[in-house]
Order: sequence, then structure tokens, then C-alpha cells
Amino acid sequence: MTPHPAPEVGPILGRLSLEAIPLHEPILIATFGMVAVGGVALLALLTKFRLWGYLWNEWFTSVDHKKIGIMYMVLGLVMFLRGFADAIMMRIQQAIAFNGSEGYLNAHHYDQVFTAHGVIMIFFVAMPFVTGLMNYVVPLQIGARDVSFPFLNNFSFWMTTAGAVLVMMSLFIGEFAQTGWLAYPPLSGIAYSPNVGVDYYLWSLQIAGVGTTLSGINLIVTILKLRAPGMGLMKMPIFTWTSLCTNILIVASFPVLTAVLALLSLDRYVGTNFFTNDFGGSAMMYVNLIWIWGHPEVYILILPLFGVFSEVTSTFSGKRLFGYTSMVYATIVIMILSYLVWLHHFFTMGSGASVNSFFGITTMIISIPTGAKLFNWLFTMYRGRIRYELPMMWTVAFMLTFTVGGMTGVLLAVPPADFVLHNSLFLIAHFHNVIIGGVLFGVFAAINFWWPKAFGFKLNSFWGKVSFWFWVPGFWVAFMPLYVMGLMGVTRRMRVFDDPDLQIWFVIAGIGAAMIAAGIGAMLVQFAVSIWKREELVDESGDPWNGRTLEWATSSPPPEYNFAFTPNIHDLDAWYDMKNRHHDRPVTGFRDIHMPRSTGSGVILAGISLVMGFALVWHIWWLAGLSLVSLISYAIYHTFNYDRDFHIPAAHVAEVEEARSRQLDAVRARETQAAGA
Amino acid sequence: MSTTDWGIDVPDAPHTETVEGQPIRFYEVDEHSHPEGYSTMLGFWIYLMSDCLIFAILFATYGVLGGNYAAGPGPRDLFELPLIAVNTAMLLFSSITYGFAMLSMQANRLRATQGWLAVTGLFGLAFLGIELYEFQHLIHIGAGPQRSAFLSSFFTLVGTHGLHVTFGLIWLVTLIVQLNKRGLVPANQRRVACLSMFWHFLDVVWIGVFTVVYLMGMLR
Amino acid sequence: MPTNPNAGRLIRRALPVLAALPLLAGCGELIVLDPAGDIARQQGNLVVISTLLMLLIVAPVMAATAWFAWKYRAANTQAKYAPDWDHSTHLELLIWAAPLMIIICLGALTWVSTHLLDPYRPLTSGGSDSPLGPGQEAAAPMEVQVVALDWKWLFIYPELGIATVNEFAAPIDRPISFRISGSSVMNSFYIPALAGQIYAMPGMETKLHGEFDQPGEFTGFSANYSGAGFSNMRFAARSMPAGEFDRWVAEVRASSGQLTRAAYLALERPSEKVPPMYFSAVEPQLFDLVVNMCVDTDKMCAHEMMAIDERGGLGIAGIHNVRRLAYDKFGGRGSAGGDSVLLASGSRYVQATCLAQLDPVKGGLLDPVNVAPLTGAGLSRPATLAAAFL
Repeated sequence: MTPHPAPEVGPILGRLSLEAIPLHEPILIATFGMVAVGGVALLALLTKFRLWGYLWNEWFTSVDHKKIGIMYMVLGLVMFLRGFADAIMMRIQQAIAFNGSEGYLNAHHYDQVFTAHGVIMIFFVAMPFVTGLMNYVVPLQIGARDVSFPFLNNFSFWMTTAGAVLVMMSLFIGEFAQTGWLAYPPLSGIAYSPNVGVDYYLWSLQIAGVGTTLSGINLIVTILKLRAPGMGLMKMPIFTWTSLCTNILIVASFPVLTAVLALLSLDRYVGTNFFTNDFGGSAMMYVNLIWIWGHPEVYILILPLFGVFSEVTSTFSGKRLFGYTSMVYATIVIMILSYLVWLHHFFTMGSGASVNSFFGITTMIISIPTGAKLFNWLFTMYRGRIRYELPMMWTVAFMLTFTVGGMTGVLLAVPPADFVLHNSLFLIAHFHNVIIGGVLFGVFAAINFWWPKAFGFKLNSFWGKVSFWFWVPGFWVAFMPLYVMGLMGVTRRMRVFDDPDLQIWFVIAGIGAAMIAAGIGAMLVQFAVSIWKREELVDESGDPWNGRTLEWATSSPPPEYNFAFTPNIHDLDAWYDMKNRHHDRPVTGFRDIHMPRSTGSGVILAGISLVMGFALVWHIWWLAGLSLVSLISYAIYHTFNYDRDFHIPAAHVAEVEEARSRQLDAVRARETQAAGA
Repeated sequence: MSTTDWGIDVPDAPHTETVEGQPIRFYEVDEHSHPEGYSTMLGFWIYLMSDCLIFAILFATYGVLGGNYAAGPGPRDLFELPLIAVNTAMLLFSSITYGFAMLSMQANRLRATQGWLAVTGLFGLAFLGIELYEFQHLIHIGAGPQRSAFLSSFFTLVGTHGLHVTFGLIWLVTLIVQLNKRGLVPANQRRVACLSMFWHFLDVVWIGVFTVVYLMGMLR
Repeated sequence: MPTNPNAGRLIRRALPVLAALPLLAGCGELIVLDPAGDIARQQGNLVVISTLLMLLIVAPVMAATAWFAWKYRAANTQAKYAPDWDHSTHLELLIWAAPLMIIICLGALTWVSTHLLDPYRPLTSGGSDSPLGPGQEAAAPMEVQVVALDWKWLFIYPELGIATVNEFAAPIDRPISFRISGSSVMNSFYIPALAGQIYAMPGMETKLHGEFDQPGEFTGFSANYSGAGFSNMRFAARSMPAGEFDRWVAEVRASSGQLTRAAYLALERPSEKVPPMYFSAVEPQLFDLVVNMCVDTDKMCAHEMMAIDERGGLGIAGIHNVRRLAYDKFGGRGSAGGDSVLLASGSRYVQATCLAQLDPVKGGLLDPVNVAPLTGAGLSRPATLAAAFL
């Protein structure tokens, strides 16, 4: 299994040499060519239009939670395209590798593709999307001006990005892990994976993990400390509630990942014996530990989207959310239970019947609060006036799709059933069913829902609907065959097949993937068309959907300080309540607003971390040491900067608010005119 | 009833009760902004809890692998309890002296604060020195972290704690310098308080290490 | 309960129809739902029964979703509109209780079936709780030892003294008792037609029990990714009537292959797409040696090491006893490598720890072989710490 002997470690370049560039892989070379051309073109454009300064000052160094949120979404989108490219490659390989054909990917390449697909989709697509949404929306929903630790927020984003960059580097320099996305030892140990792939895996996740943990801490504190007056915990918008639970999960589970990956790193770098076959190590402990993180992770991903669906359903049904209290408790129950189920990922390791049934039953119990949530959305729609804008369409699609995924999930929680379906394509279909049907559909709903808030114009609904109608049926066509093949006993991560009867199913799945590709294409067109025709789609009211929570109380996009005066909360649906009772927007008496100052430290620290990660991957010890020293030194240097905030003068606030008043008057005048006509 | 442009009837009746006679305030007109560092202590506390979880995993690992000597030496063959007792005393003393630093800070005595911090640092340094001596000794006789799963988990648990102490020391030195430059400004007070939590946290973890690894190791 | 074969068969037949698959009938067989062994059949039935049980609630919910989504569309101004209606104790009770009821049923089913179909449970005499169903007398079980190698499967028939690679055969209507281990990384041993899977792990032993009840040619494979040759890590699983099985055994016995320790160490080396191999003789206790990672006579057996650890290790004297314990750590797969492998890895710690070999412990400190087995029951022994607490 050791295709190449581990290369020599040189003093200057470590394990790095020209051989690390995969010149023998035409696919990679072509990709590299495209990326290089595209990258150079992008850089040239940025230079030509003199955008560097703008990007650096207004975005990269910004500590504004709104801009950081948007940057997270961009990162998620870019990495989504990469992860999806991997998916397409797998679909093509599996559709053609029959009757003795080896397909077009050798094992070394294919095994990297499925590993990278899983790692990227979870860590660098789903996580940035979720974190981005929370970052953008939570402070607005609770009437705050920013998060508790704005610099930390910027730093977290850049650490996540540095992790993503390291994964992308593995594409062209060296290789990525060939272990599956959780890198089970002994396979991922130095004895069986002697090259740099697993090291890329470890360091990119460690670097991104720092960002994730810190952003989790940041958002918990933000939610606990910076709520507007009157917003007791049980008056928090449901999205904020789910965000709170998700961030508690992040803080209580990512350290486990950090620790277990650190132990694996020690096994690989120092020669310890945590997960080795010899000297008393136990690979099974890795499997346990990684799933103690891994299972809460899936709830980290889905809970905020449950919040999104709740907000969307309530808004577009024109109705208060049904069963807010039970929704909150359901979320908390899910949060706690998610720690008690990890063993269901490996019933087949032989833990014994009692242990297996315990974890099977706890898993099923999670479906009760989840089911309660589904009923709550259902009864929110009941006796509503449902407007089928795009966010609501994605929500209904979610309700129908996710239910099936949830059902197959409970099925897999029955240990004897899992014994025949574990690691099969049925499992693959199940978790894509919940992750695509839950997380991705939710992200799409959220993007369509909050885009007008972030940019001041709605998204084009024609292309949005095209995307929707490619995506949703495409999903079913792509994954139904996988359910069926799971029942035929087809297992995951296969590269070649000898049963020709299966080919038709893989071809159908490939067609589904092509439909999804069309859906993604339509979505990109939707963004482009909307930006191009933004004048037609403009929303000046700041409240295009007749929203119910505080983010809709501001202009679109909101001013950098979010609220000139902190709102006072009297009801769960605060903004709906304010509209209802004809609140008066204060137009005088502005004060200076205290705001955090932008800083480049986040970019610099993350950049140094990236260099350190790269040096560690390639065993370039001098560079690793140097970057560690610079990392610490720069962090210390940063703490000597006491000048981290400034005040927006009241005059400037008055000016901005004045403009907003004029805008609102114009909107009102137009409305009256329309009503009169 | 009023009608919005979506044709939805919105009842005019307010949903929540109002305080009699008082107009409902929807905005804080005479607000003050949160003081700087308003959430720092809570944030740092949550960070410590996440760090605690890392130690929990390392303790669990030690619990599972701690008996796997791989036909090599066990705790009784390797640990010198008197030395570790001295080491423990160093760390406990450093916690007390840090407490004095906090008291001095509350009394607004800059030099005393710095002095106690320096004493804390010296105790911390002594702790690290003894730990490094112990590690060096073990590695020298061949009982390094590669020898067995027990030693792997031992070195990792104790070493991670030592690494934390090292970072605490770097932080401490930085803080003494910063106190010199700016005195006991609120930002510095906050930092001293955070480091205090960090330092005592490390002490608590060490008590766990001393009990589980060393004392119970000797009982094996 | 899944023990009623008729009900199970009915559902099994009905399911493909329900799943609207007839269009593609013939494009592959749903082997998981229609296997050739009783254990797998009960597991397959459980899949169907659980699904039906959940459909009791899932189907109405999906129907209600579609119905409400249509009925309360904004265009339908006839429908009732209650914008402030957000609570109903009755409904709350229903929405928590209904899933709870289903989960109570499913939980009970899970508890019973997990114990009944526990892969570790022998298929012996037919008591009322026998996995084979009440009153079924089982024949004496046949033991088969399975080793997952890179990337092929080794089957040892200890009672017959034969072994095969990538071909497994068994007589119908006779319980098979598998003991499963591996040589290097984690695999999962799975014959869908026979019974559910279980992990095959190096240095560990897991167990599985199953029984074919109809003859046929099936496939078995690894269901857990194990590296480059994983896709081709498949073997023929043949079930046959007793007489035919005897002829197959005779055929294996007629082959010239001998599975000695040396032959095993050679076989263990990574290879792909290995055609079936027969061995007419097998080193006695070979499987126990595999589990204990000491097929190579230079290596200390794991059970021996654990017994030493149980007594507190070998003290300072044992520090340099590493050569006999290094199994795959130093870049050499399997234990076949000698010093050349150790040196070739060029690793820093190898030179530090392995070459300074002092005082190798004498073998035979304890009775060799006859294993204190490392059963795959969860993590390896936290017992020492627990003992310290008690």
C-alpha cells in the first residue's frame, strides 16, 4: 500500500521536490492551467480597476460582522464549486468503470477525490455557509452593532480561509489524503500513508478548526451579552436560538477534533503509539473520539438551517411561528442528545448488543424533537397565507426531502439493519439526503431570503426558479439510485465494479448529477443577472418580505453601525410588533457611536499559520520554526495595540439616518400612490 | 384592521400589554454603549472550557491507554514522586502569588502587581524546569513517548499542560511589559484577570494530572 | 416480529413493487432484502418493518405538507387565515406524542432484534429465543477463521485443516461461526447473502455467525475502505449442499499449497486482484498468531505483552525491548521486514529506539499460544485504571 517510499527529508526544502508537482496527471495539469489562467485574469482585473486597496481596506481587514459574513459565504461558494467538481469526477468514474474498464481515474487519484470531496464539503462549504449566515444575521437579529470580539471574528474567518487554501494547495503540490474524510488509522498512520496527503488533511483541519472554535465562542458571547434590552432568552428569534445551540455545540465538540487530530499528528510526526497497531495503541479509540466530535458536527450544520426554515416559514406564511417554546426546547434537546449517539457510526465494530441498542435507541430519540420541529413548521403553514417566493419554495422542498432522509437515518439507527447497510451506498444516499436536503436547501433559502438585506436588491426569481427545478428533481435522480444500490449490497468508495447490472443505476445517478450541475449553473446565472439588473430588483424599504425580526428594521444594506439607536424589544417578533404598533423611528438626538477599528492582524496571523502548515506538511523544519516564532511574536505585537476602536461622529450618523428617512418617505409615497391608483 | 400590499390583514391590536400610561419605547434614545471589554471575561471563560475539553480527551486517552506498557516500564518504574511533589508545590505557590498580584492590582499598586507577577513567573519557570528535567531523564533512559502507548499518552497529557504553562509564561512576561508601558488601565486589568483565570485553570488541571497520573500511577 | 418467515417473505416480495422499481427489474438484485441466509433475511426484514413503521408517521406528514402548502397558498383567499394563532396545547401534545409512540415501538423492536441478531451470538440449539426461530435444531457449527489481508481475504477452516484465499464455501443449513481479524488496516467483512457485516481489524478478533439456507454463488467483500486495492478486495462466496461441499474440500485438499508461517508472511504482502488460492495444509494456530501479531517468530505475541502489562510491565529492563514489538510502525507493512526495512525508513525515532537494542526479553515468559483473545468488545482494556479506582 506504499506506492512510493517516503521521500528523503532535505534540510532546506524538507520533503518538497519537483516530483511533488503532479506533472504525470493530465487532469490536474489541465485544472492547474485553468486555475492559473483564471487567477491571473482575476488579479489583472483587480489591478486594472485598482481594487486592491478597496478590497484590503473595506473587506479583508474589516471587522464588520456583515462583511465577514459575506466573505464566509463567498468562501463557501468557491469551495462548493471545487467540492462539486470532485463529485462529478466520482460520478463519471463510477458510471464507466465496468466490464474490466479501469475508468479514467487510477486508485491514487480517485481515492484523493472522494476524500477531498467529503473534507471540503463538510469543513469548507457547509461550515463557512453556516458560520457566514450566523455572522451576518445574528447581530442584526438581536439588535447589536457587531459581535462581541470583532477582531477575533476577522481572525476566525482568515484561519478558515487558510485551511481552505492549504487543501487547495494539495491539489497541485503533492497529494491529498487517500483515507476517506475521517482518516481512520491505521490506514492514516505513517506506516500506511507515508506521504504528505494525510499531513495536508491534518494541518488544514487544525488551522480551520482554530477559526471555527473561536468564532463559536464569539457568537455565544455575542448572543448572551449583546441582546437588545427587553429581549429575554425566550424572546430571541428562533434563528438566534438555533445559532446559540450550534455555537455551544461547536465549542463543546471542536476541541475534541483538535485533540484527536493532534494525537494522530503525534503518531505521524513524533512516532507515538496512540492509534498504531503496535506498542499498545488502539485505532478503535480514534474512531470513538472522532465521532464524539463527528456526530455533534452534523447538528452544528443542520440546526442553524432549522432556524432559517422557521424564520422563512413564519415570514412567508404571514403568521407567528407555531409552537415557539416547543421549538426552542426541541433545539436544546437535540443539542444535548447529539452527544449521546456517536457509536451508531460503528455498530459493526462489535461493541456488543446492549451497547449497540443503547446508542441505537438514543439516536431514534433525536427524531422525536426533530419530528416536533417538522410539525411546528407544518402548523405554521396551517391557516397561513403562503407566498411562494424562492425561500419558501426551498423550505417546502426541504420538508419533503428531509423527511425521507430522516426516515432512512432512523432506519440506519436500528443496529441489525445497520449491519446490512453500514458503509453502503444506502448510507451515502441517506446523509446526502439530509445534508443536501437540509443544509444546502436551507442555505439556498437563506441566500434568497437575506440577499436583499445584504445588498439592497432582490435576487432574480426566474433564474432562481430554474435553479430550483433543476436542483430538487436532480437531487432525487442522483440519489434514489444510491438507495437502491445500497439494498443491492453495493458499498461506498468503490472505484471499479464487476457486476454489469449496476451500470444503469450509476448512469442514472450521473444524469442526476448533471441536473444538479445545471442547477448550480442557473444559480450562478441568477447571481450574475441580479447584480447586472440590480436597478430593477432594488428594494429600498429594507423590508422586502414583510419580515418579522429586527434585521428588517434597518436599511438594506444596513449602515455599518446597524442601529442608530438600540431597539427595545417587547415581543418575540420584534419588528412585526413595531410595525403593528406604528412605532416612530427616532430622527433626532443621535450620539457618537462606538465602533471597532479595522485591522490587518487577522490576515497576517492566518497567513503565517498557512505558511507554518505548509512547512509542517513538507517537513521544512526551519520554516515551521520560523513561522511559529513569527506567529507568537506578531500576536504579542498585536496585543501592544491598545487603539482598537473609534467613534462614528453623531453628525455622520445623523447624515446617514437623514438619507434613510428620505428613502423611507419615498417608499411610502410610492406605496400611497399605488394604493390610490 | 389595516391592509399591507400583500393583501394580508394585520390586526391593529397590540400583542403585548403596555405599561399603563407610559408610551411604549421601541428604541433606547438615551443609551450608553457597552463598556469596552464588556464580554471579555465571559468569552475567556468559555475559551477555558473548550480548552478543558482538550484536557478531558487527553485524560480519557490516558485512562484508556495508560495501562499499555508494551512490555516496558510502568509508572512505578519511572516516576519519582518526591520530585513531582516539589513540582506540584511550585505550581500551587505560583497560584497563591498570582492571587497576591490580583489583590495588589485591586489596591491599584502597580509595582506590587508587577512584582507578584514576576514571582509567579519564577515559580512557573521552576515548574517547567523540573518537568523538562523529568522528560529529559525519561527520554534519556529510553522511556520516550515512542516506547509505549502508556508513555505516548503520559508525555502528551503532561506535555500539553507544560505547553500551556509555557504560553502562560510568555503571556505573563508580555503583560509585565505592558503594565510598565501603560500602567493599570482597564485593558491591562482585564488582561491580568484573564491570565489569572488561565493560570488557576492550569493549576486545577495539574491537580488532576498529579492525582490521576502520578499518585494513582504509583498505586498500580 | 421478523421471526415469522411468511410475513417476511410477503413483505420482501412486495417491497420492490412498492418502491416502484419494476421498470428496472433485472437491473441488479436487491440482495440485502432477498438474501440466502436466515440472519441476513431477518436483518433485511427488519429494514422493511422499520420502514413501514416509520411510514405510519412519515407518509401523513408528507401528505399534510403537500396539502397545507397547496391549500394555504396566498392566492387562495377562501382559506382561513389566523396570523396570530401560534399555540395549541392539544396539537403540541400530538406532535410530541405521535413520534414518541413510533419510537417506543421501534425502540422495543431495536432492543429485541439487536440482541437476537447479535453477530456474536452462536446459532446453536433452537430455544424459543434462538436466532433461527423456535424449535429449530441447528447442526453443529463449522468454524471459519477470516483474515483481511491487503487486498484479499484468507479463509482458514481449522476443523478441516485447509485454507483458501478469495474463495469461501460453506454447506447449506449448517451454522458458520466466523472468527475475524486483519493484518494491517481496518476492513469490514461482508457477505450480503449470508449475514450482516463486522469489522476486521488488526490485532483484534471479532465474531460473526450465519447460515446459508439455499445454494448459490454470491459475492463477499470488504465494506470499509482500506487503501488502493480496496475495490478489488472481493471474493466468491459459495453455498452448496453438504455432498458438494465435501467434494470442494477434497479439491482443496488435493492442492499442493501449504500455508506455513513463512507462506503467510509472503501472502500478507500487498497484492490486488488475487485469483482464488487453495492450501491443503495450514500451520496450526495460525489464526491465533495473526490476532496476536506474531506470525513472525521474531515478534512477541500481543497476549504475552498484555499479560506482562497486566503485571506492571517489565520495568526499566524492558525499555529497549522494542524490536520484538514493532509490527508495522516503521514503514514496513507486515512483520516480514527485517533490519533493512527498519533502516530504509530512515526515520529519526527508529534509529533512536530500535537500533539500540539491549536486552531482549526471553520468550516463553508465559504459556504461548492458546489465546486470551482480544475480543472486539469496544475499546481495549481500560481495566487498569478502573482497578486503580476500586
